[in-house]
Amino acid sequence: MIRKQTSNFRGKAITTLIYVFLSFWALMVVLPMLWVIFSSFKTDKEIFFSPWLPPAKLMWDNFARAWSDAYIGRYFYNTLIVILPAIFFTLLFSAMAGYVLARYAFPGNRFIFFGFMSGMLFPVMLALVPLFFLLQSFKILNTHFGLILVYIAYSLPFTVFFLTGFFKTLPTELLEAAVIDGANNFQVFFLVAIPLAQNGLVSMGIFNFLGMWNQYILPLVLLNTSDKYVLSQGLAFLQHQQRYQSDWSGLFAAIVIVMLPTLIVYVIFQNQIQRGLTVGALKG
Amino acid sequence: MYRHKYRVIIPFLAPAVILYLLFVIYPYGRSMYNSLTSWKGVSANQPFVGLYNYIRMVNDEFFWNALKHNLGYLVFLPILTIGLSLFLAFMISQRIRFSKFFRVTFFFPQVISVISIGVLFSYVYHPTIGIVTSLLQGLRLEPFFRLFGFEGIPVWIGDPRTVRWAIGSVVLWQTAGFYMVLFLAAMEAIPETFYEAATIDGATRWHQFWLITLPLLWDTMQTALVFAGLGAFDMFVITRIFVVSGSSTGRPADVLGTYLYEQAFEASRFGYSTAIAVSLFLLMLTLSVLTMRVTRREAVEY
Repeated sequence: MIRKQTSNFRGKAITTLIYVFLSFWALMVVLPMLWVIFSSFKTDKEIFFSPWLPPAKLMWDNFARAWSDAYIGRYFYNTLIVILPAIFFTLLFSAMAGYVLARYAFPGNRFIFFGFMSGMLFPVMLALVPLFFLLQSFKILNTHFGLILVYIAYSLPFTVFFLTGFFKTLPTELLEAAVIDGANNFQVFFLVAIPLAQNGLVSMGIFNFLGMWNQYILPLVLLNTSDKYVLSQGLAFLQHQQRYQSDWSGLFAAIVIVMLPTLIVYVIFQNQIQRGLTVGALKG
Repeated sequence: MYRHKYRVIIPFLAPAVILYLLFVIYPYGRSMYNSLTSWKGVSANQPFVGLYNYIRMVNDEFFWNALKHNLGYLVFLPILTIGLSLFLAFMISQRIRFSKFFRVTFFFPQVISVISIGVLFSYVYHPTIGIVTSLLQGLRLEPFFRLFGFEGIPVWIGDPRTVRWAIGSVVLWQTAGFYMVLFLAAMEAIPETFYEAATIDGATRWHQFWLITLPLLWDTMQTALVFAGLGAFDMFVITRIFVVSGSSTGRPADVLGTYLYEQAFEASRFGYSTAIAVSLFLLMLTLSVLTMRVTRREAVEY
C-alpha cells in the first residue's frame, strides 16, 4: 500500500518535471519569434527602451515601409517568379525520370540512378566558382532564368530519388490496363501515373518550396544587382544597410514578411513536412 | 508490353540528365581541376600549378584558423544537439498531454529560412536592443560573467571569445527539433510489447530508455551523427550574416565556408579557394565514412 503511494508520488513528480522541461524549451523556441513579431509592430523608440513590452499601438506603417521603401515587395515578387517555375519543372522532370527509372529495365538504369544520388554527396560550396563562370559564358548570369535552371538541377537528386521510390510502389495493374485500352506511353504517364503519384508530388513540392524559399548561397553568387535579388538575399542586404541607418522596426517587419509564407505552409502541411524532411534524412 | 521503349526512355530522361550533367556534375568535376591551377578569373588561361594551392593552404594561418573553428563546432555541436533532441523526444514519447503542440513547436525553427534566423538572432544578441542581454541584466548576472573575465554581460557576437558560442547556440536552437522528430519516428516504430514485458520485469522508464529504446535507435543515431557532423562543417549562413551585419569581425568567426567564399568572390583567388573547397569536401566525406565505421553495430531485427 505505502509503496504504491510513493511510486505514484514519484511518477507525478517526474511527469511534472517533464512538463517543466518541455515548456522551458517551448518558451526558448517561441520567445525570439514573439519578440520579432512584437517588435515589427513597435516604434523604434519602443524597441530601444521597452524590449519586453507589447507594442502600445500597432504600427502597420512598418510593414508598408519594409514592403515598398526597402523593396521587400520587389524581392517577394522576384522570389515567386523564380521558385514557381523552378518547382514546377523540378517536379515534371523528376517525375519523368523517376517513372522511367522505376518502370523500365534498360542497360545503364542503375548507373543513372546512382549518378543522381551522387549529387547529394557534394557540398554546393564546391560548385560555386565553375557555376558562376558557366552561367556567365551562357550569358545567363544575373538573370532569373539562370537561377531557375540551377535550382532545378540542384533539386533533381533528391526529388528523382524520392519519386523513383514512389513510382516503384504504385500498382502495375492500373498502368497495364491503360496500355491494353490503347493508351500510348505518354498518355499512360500523364493521365494515369501522374495522378496516382499525387501524394509523392505534393510532398516533393512542399519540400522543394521550403528549400528554394530558404536558399541563400546560390542567389548570393548568381544574382548580383539588387533589383534581381530574391528575398533571402534582400533581407541580408537590408540588414547590411542597417549599419548606416537605423530603421529597426522596418527591418523587423521585413523579417516577419519573409517568415510568414513558410509559417503558413508549415501550419497547413506540418505532418507532410515533418515526415518528408525526416524520411529524406533517413533514406539519404 | 513496352514496345519502342527507348522512344519513352530517352525523351523522359533527357531534360533531367542534361540539366544535371551541365549544372551539377560539370561544376564539381571542373572544381577538382581548378584547384590545380592558379586561376584568377580574368583571363581564359589557367596556369597549371599542380599541388601548389594545397601547399599554400597548409601554410596559410587563416585556413587553419577557420578549420580549427569547424573542428570546435564538431566537438560540441553533435553531442549537444543529439543529447538535447533525444531528451526532448524521450519526454514527448511519455504519453503526455499537448505532445502534438510541443512537437509542432519544437520542429518549427527547422522550416524558417536560415537567413531569417541569422538576421533575427543578430538582433536577439544585440547589446542594446537584444533580449539576451536585457534578460541576463534582469537576472543580475553581471558578477557571474565577471568571474570569467568579462567586463559585464558579454556582447556575444562582437566578442571573439563568445562569437562562436553564439553561432553554435543558434544552430542548436534551430536543429534540435529536427533531430527530435527523427528520433520520435524511430521510437514509434518500436513494438509496445517490448516495454510491456520490461514493465512486468520491473524496469523503470529510465531503465527502459537505456536498455530498450536507445539500442533500437542505433541506426537513427548514426544518421543523426553524420548529419550533425556535416552541419558542423557548414555554418556558412549564420556566420556570414553575423559578420556582414558588422556585429562581428571576420577572423574570430571564420569557418572554412566563409573563408573560401571570401577567397573566391572577394579576393578572386579562384584556384586557391577551390583547393579549400575540395579539402572541405574530403574532410566531410572522411567524417561521414568514419562515423559510419566507428558506430557500426549488429543491427537488431524486430
